[in-house]
Order: sequence, then C-alpha cells, then structure tokens
Amino acid sequence: MLFLRTIPGAISLGLIWGVMAIGLYISYKILDFADLTVDGSICTGAVVCATLMNVGVPMPVALLIAVLAGCVCGLITGMFHTLMGIPPILSGILTQLALWSVNLKILGKAHESLNGDKVFLLVQQMNQWQTILIMLGIVAVLTGLLYWFFGTKIGSAIRATGCNERMARAQGINTKAAKVLGLAVSNGVVALSGALLCQYLSSADINMGRGAIVTGLAAVIIGLAVVSRISSNFAVRLIGVVVGAIIYFTVYQFIVNLGFDTDLLKLLSALLVALFLAIPYWKNKYYRKRPRCKEKTAQGGDSNVGQN
Amino acid sequence: MSDKTKKTCAQSTENTQSMAGNIPMLSIENVTKIFHRGTVNEKVALNGIAMTLDEGDFVTVIGGNGAGKSTLLNAVAGVFAIDSGKVIIDGIDVTKMPEHKRASVVARVFQDPMIGTAASMNIEENLALAGMRGKRRTLSWNVNKKDKATYRELVASLELGLESRMNAKVELLSGGQRQALTLLMATLNKPKLLLLDEHTAALDPKTAAKVLALTEQITAANNQTTIMITHNMKDALTYGNKIVMMNEGEVIFTAQGEEKQKLTVSDLLTKFHELGDENDRILLS
Repeated sequence: MLFLRTIPGAISLGLIWGVMAIGLYISYKILDFADLTVDGSICTGAVVCATLMNVGVPMPVALLIAVLAGCVCGLITGMFHTLMGIPPILSGILTQLALWSVNLKILGKAHESLNGDKVFLLVQQMNQWQTILIMLGIVAVLTGLLYWFFGTKIGSAIRATGCNERMARAQGINTKAAKVLGLAVSNGVVALSGALLCQYLSSADINMGRGAIVTGLAAVIIGLAVVSRISSNFAVRLIGVVVGAIIYFTVYQFIVNLGFDTDLLKLLSALLVALFLAIPYWKNKYYRKRPRCKEKTAQGGDSNVGQN
Repeated sequence: MSDKTKKTCAQSTENTQSMAGNIPMLSIENVTKIFHRGTVNEKVALNGIAMTLDEGDFVTVIGGNGAGKSTLLNAVAGVFAIDSGKVIIDGIDVTKMPEHKRASVVARVFQDPMIGTAASMNIEENLALAGMRGKRRTLSWNVNKKDKATYRELVASLELGLESRMNAKVELLSGGQRQALTLLMATLNKPKLLLLDEHTAALDPKTAAKVLALTEQITAANNQTTIMITHNMKDALTYGNKIVMMNEGEVIFTAQGEEKQKLTVSDLLTKFHELGDENDRILLS
C-alpha cells in the first residue's frame, strides 16, 4: 500500500527526468556522442532557474534562461571537441568539472531553497497530479518541437552527422557545426529538466547532477527496449524514453520501499546500466548476422522523422 | 608501343593542357602529399602529381596497392590538406577549401557501400541530404512533397524496384542497392566533378556490372566529368576516354582517345611487370 501511494511521485520524477533522458537521447543516440556534460548542465539548469526565481525573475523567463545556459554548456563541450580535438568523453568531463565551479558561483552556496509561498512553482511535490498533468504537456510540446527540428534540413544534417560522419561531410555538411549545434540542443533540454527538477524539489543543490548520465542512460535504454518493437517513429521513441524514465523511477521507488539500503542505490543503478549496455553487445557476439554499419545501426532510431 | 608508353606523365599532361583552349574542369598542379612526415613511417603518397581534365572527361585510374590512387581522390575532395601544389576546379583554386565546402562541386562514391549513405535514415532522406549539397541548409522541412515525386522518379530510373521502398531505412538495402543509391545521390546536383573510388570493388560481379552500367548511363547523360579508380583493368579500358596508371605516388602512364582504345589488358599488365624490379627493390630495402 505504501508503494502505491508513492507511485504518483515516481511518475512525476520520471516525467521530469524523462525530459533529461530526451536530451541525452539527442547526444547519445542521434549524435552518437557520449556526452558527460549532462551531469553539469542539469545542475546548471537548476541553479540558474533557482537563483533567478529567488531574485524575482518570473518563472517562464527563468526557465528560458536556464535552457539557454544549458545550450551554452553544450556549446562549450562541442567546441572542446571540434576546435581543440579533445575526444568526446573527455570534452564532456572537462565541461562538467568546470561547471561545478560555475554552478557554485551562480548559486553562491552549496544549497538553496525555493519558497513555494513566495515564488510560483510550475511543478511541485505538494501537488502530484497537477505536476503530472503539466509535465505531460511539457513532454508533448518538447516532443513536437524536436520532431519538427530533426525533420528540417538542419536537423537532418545533425542526424546524418551522427549516423555517418564521412557521408555527411561528402554531402557538404559542416559536421563540426552540426555536432556543436546538436550538443547545444541536447544540453538545453537537459537544463530544462534541471530547472523543472529544482522547482519540483523546491531547492537547488550543487550535487544534484551527480550520476545524472547513468539515470538518463537507464531511461533511454529501458525506453527504447519498450518501444523499439512498436514503432521506429522518432516521436514514439522520444516518448518511449520518457516512459523508460517513469519505469526506472517506479522500480527505484519499489526497491526503496522494500527497505533496500539507499546508500547502495547508485551502485545498483550503475550495474543495471552496465548490464543493459552489454546486452546488445552480447547479442551481436553470439547471434552474429551479416555485418552492418558498424555498431551505429543499432542506434537506428531516428529514421522516421521527416516522413509524411 | 613501348616507346610511347615510356612518355612520362608530366609531358602528356602538358600536352593536354596546351590542347584545351578553355578552362579545364579539373587541374591538379604538382600535388604532393607526405604522410607521417618526419617520422620513420614517412610515406610519400603523392609525388608531384599533375593532371588535367576537361569537361566531360571520364578518367579511369589504375595502379597497385599504395600507388596513391585513393590519396589522389582524397586530395581532390579535400579530405586532408596537401603539402604542396594546387587543386583547381573549373578555374577556382580550391586547395584551401575545407572538405564540406568543396562538396558543393565535388561528389564522391566510396568503395564501402556503408560509407556513402546514412544507414538509419530512409531513401528519401538520404536523397534530400544529397540534394542540399552546396546549398544553405535551413529550418525548412527536409523532404517536401515536390521532392518526394522527383526522388521517386529518379529512384525508379535505377530499375531496382526501390521506388516502392522510399521510406525504408537504407540499412535494409543490399550493398549493390546502396551503391546505386549513392551514385544517384552523388550525381543529383550535377557536381562539377564525380570521384568514384573503386565503387564496385565490394560488390559481386553481377551487381558490379549493373552499377558500372548505371555509372556509364548517368555520366553520359550529364556529360559528367569523372575520375574512376578501379582494380579491374578491363573496366579501366572499357570505360572513359582517358586512362591513368599510377605507381609510388606518381603518374607513370596516361593514354586517351584512340590511343586508349587500342590498349589491351595485356599491354597494361606488361607495364605493371616493368615496374616489378622497382617494387622488389623497395621490398628489399
């Protein structure tokens, strides 16, 4: 019974983290770029939003600026990679580390509360059903926007870059610009998730992004496993990723309710994601079929954008 | 015959240059590329290559492994910066132009069918990507209705039955189908220069023949200036109006027009064997 009562909370959290997972889907699946910036940019979204709201900036404006701040984070990682030739993972780690200081400076301290009586919170723990409704709306709008964006000429250029960089360059696509733009969009979405998360939790914390990439990856992998048999449509996949996040947090809540030592949850998450990542590899190894476009076709995914 | 063949590349390209009254479509001037310069692995991949192509020329390039054939195409396409020399396309010096910008005038088909297309995107989307080559990409919809009809017609002209699968992901196509599609994508915008890097080498003989026939059909219809690398000496003689033989980063023999038509596979083999000594010496050193 206790578990049932926690379900709405798990769904709310799942929807908010689902936004983050959508952002991760863009970098990890579409761009084929394991972007560790997200641990920092989700926190940047939160601290920017919280700081602005506490000084009286209206919530929508704070949200927008938080998203832009996230875009800048992605831009920086992208430039580390494309202009300075730093490998993707290292570029992300560097930005993530730098962001820890930046976030601390923005927030001014390690932890800041948001008082729901003084500022308007779009989503809040006190009102789960309202939160779920609003988040459903946000996810729908975001999915629509991204479906449109990745169906345009520019969006398609980003997808082509992620799928086959040599081909993209041969077709006259500036793959460096495409990567930077893709990372900016991805981290903007991640920061949006952070900004919503800080409102939901009524606080921003300098450590709230730690391990975010693992949570996001878990959501992406679970979500794609769920929807990949249903449809390869891009929008369906994005929604699937959000469903993945909801499943993740529901299971998480269930495990917590079982009385599992919460200190070990990160260990469990990491092992779970490692296992999920290993499954396609093992499958390939033991059921090897005809050779395909390296590992990249496994991402598949985004192919139906632009149809209709 | 053998006297003629000893003519060096430099001489014959000078001849063609003086013969062409107007601006050549491609002019490669004294291009040198050295890989791993200053290390023990230093390799002179291109050694002062010069070559001129007039509009509509179809040049076949042959040569052994490591002769510099692919490097030459990559130098023209701008995959890397060359160490010295110039690449001039239709009168415009593109030597310093980055690869993606050069793509507006240079189109390529690679040996590996997997490289030419985006696997996780469908046929239409791949064609649309190619259709934007050299144009400014905007936030307009990637494949619009008008394009759809055009692409469908083009794909139908391949006669591979793909026109009913326009929304199929390219990863579902066979190597030959992908290569045919890549060829279509490469010629979609009528590039100034088409570079074919052993584009049939990874295909079975029957499919390879089909793709080659398609190549000839498209290049003839568009009066397409083309460079085709091939390992197949018969193909090198059958197709195109010029032939270039490369070795050790240098052009060692060229022939064109009637002279090329008279050549046989055994002529070419003889020339390769003449190189034998040199190659052995390099192996022993």
